[in-house]
Amino acid sequence: MSEFALLTLLIGALGLIALGIGGLVLSRNLFRIVLALSLAEAGANLLLVLVGFRRDAVAPIIESGQALTAIMVDPIPQAMVLTAIVIGVGVQALALSLAIRAYAAYGTLDMSVMRRRMEADIDAAAGAQPATSLHAPAGGRPLPPISAPRLAHDKGAQA
Amino acid sequence: MLTRYGALLFAAGFAFLLFVLFTSQPLGAPTMLAGQAVLNEAAGTVGAANIVTAVVLAYRGIDTLGELSILFAAATAVGLVLGRSHGTDAAATAREPGGFILRAGADLLFPLLLVVGFYIIVHGHLTPGGGFQGGVVLAAAFVLPVLARPSETISHSAMAWVEGLAGGVFIVTGLLALAVDRAFLTPLLGTGQLGTLLSAGTLPLLYLAVGLKVGAELANLLLRMTEEESGT
Repeated sequence: MSEFALLTLLIGALGLIALGIGGLVLSRNLFRIVLALSLAEAGANLLLVLVGFRRDAVAPIIESGQALTAIMVDPIPQAMVLTAIVIGVGVQALALSLAIRAYAAYGTLDMSVMRRRMEADIDAAAGAQPATSLHAPAGGRPLPPISAPRLAHDKGAQA
Repeated sequence: MLTRYGALLFAAGFAFLLFVLFTSQPLGAPTMLAGQAVLNEAAGTVGAANIVTAVVLAYRGIDTLGELSILFAAATAVGLVLGRSHGTDAAATAREPGGFILRAGADLLFPLLLVVGFYIIVHGHLTPGGGFQGGVVLAAAFVLPVLARPSETISHSAMAWVEGLAGGVFIVTGLLALAVDRAFLTPLLGTGQLGTLLSAGTLPLLYLAVGLKVGAELANLLLRMTEEESGT
């Protein structure tokens, strides 16, 4: 493999990791977050395989007519990546099933909308007035006891 | 807005850090202390032509058992999160079968996928491939007919039996090695002739167990998700 191809692979693997991290932090859609996680994982796996690469070496499989002393690439990163891929599948399946449940419960995959609905649910369950602002949380000062109609009115006004 | 730039900066910086780290090492000429030792002695002591298989099942067998446990935990957790498929009969009969091409293609591909999957599994110690790769092909073979005819689902209890038996075979093989006064999961039955199908001792058996377990678990995961999609 030429130097250029090697460098391209390295930059590709790092780019996948950077894309994955960027997507993980920037995206608000739950499904996209799972996809970003799998992208970062693919980049990490590629990087690990690249660590074991050796110039002018063959895959670590002994063929029948081949001398046992042939130069081979490192088999240990490959075995580790095999493990990592399978675990990645399990993690993705679990994350996606949680996303399915979250969608069934809140009717959206958008993180910010979901958080707002979740907090409204918690407030309603606790009987507290919904926080109107991040800087003045509802629990910060003593409040008069809220009656149920008042709470319903507040929720209606917020919506 | 600031957090967005911060995140981008972090991602770029992280990639740059890794890039510098990797280019400072001699790329393409790894040190390979453990790797070279494995390459030197794997053919003699384990007898598997595929040295990655020798690492996965012989040198790091307990690691593979842990990996199977993680996959099992993930599959169990998915079953727990998605719950029992509610109203299977009503939901399943309401789903129409796929088109003619999908149905005929599924019928044609099912035996082919089965053969390819088992081929990849039983030749895992000779050629690229093995239990994990072949298991995924087997899972695809069992999910494809359900995609074509959604009303005919495969019973989850049969899958659970296959999965449990395969996991049991893996652990019992490891315990047998322990019983003959060696370490857990040491390959037994000698190494055999290098490069033949019946070589590398218990490695093909272990990989068959891994393949059946992975196939059953992945098929179970996918079927649960398709049921969930149609159920709600």
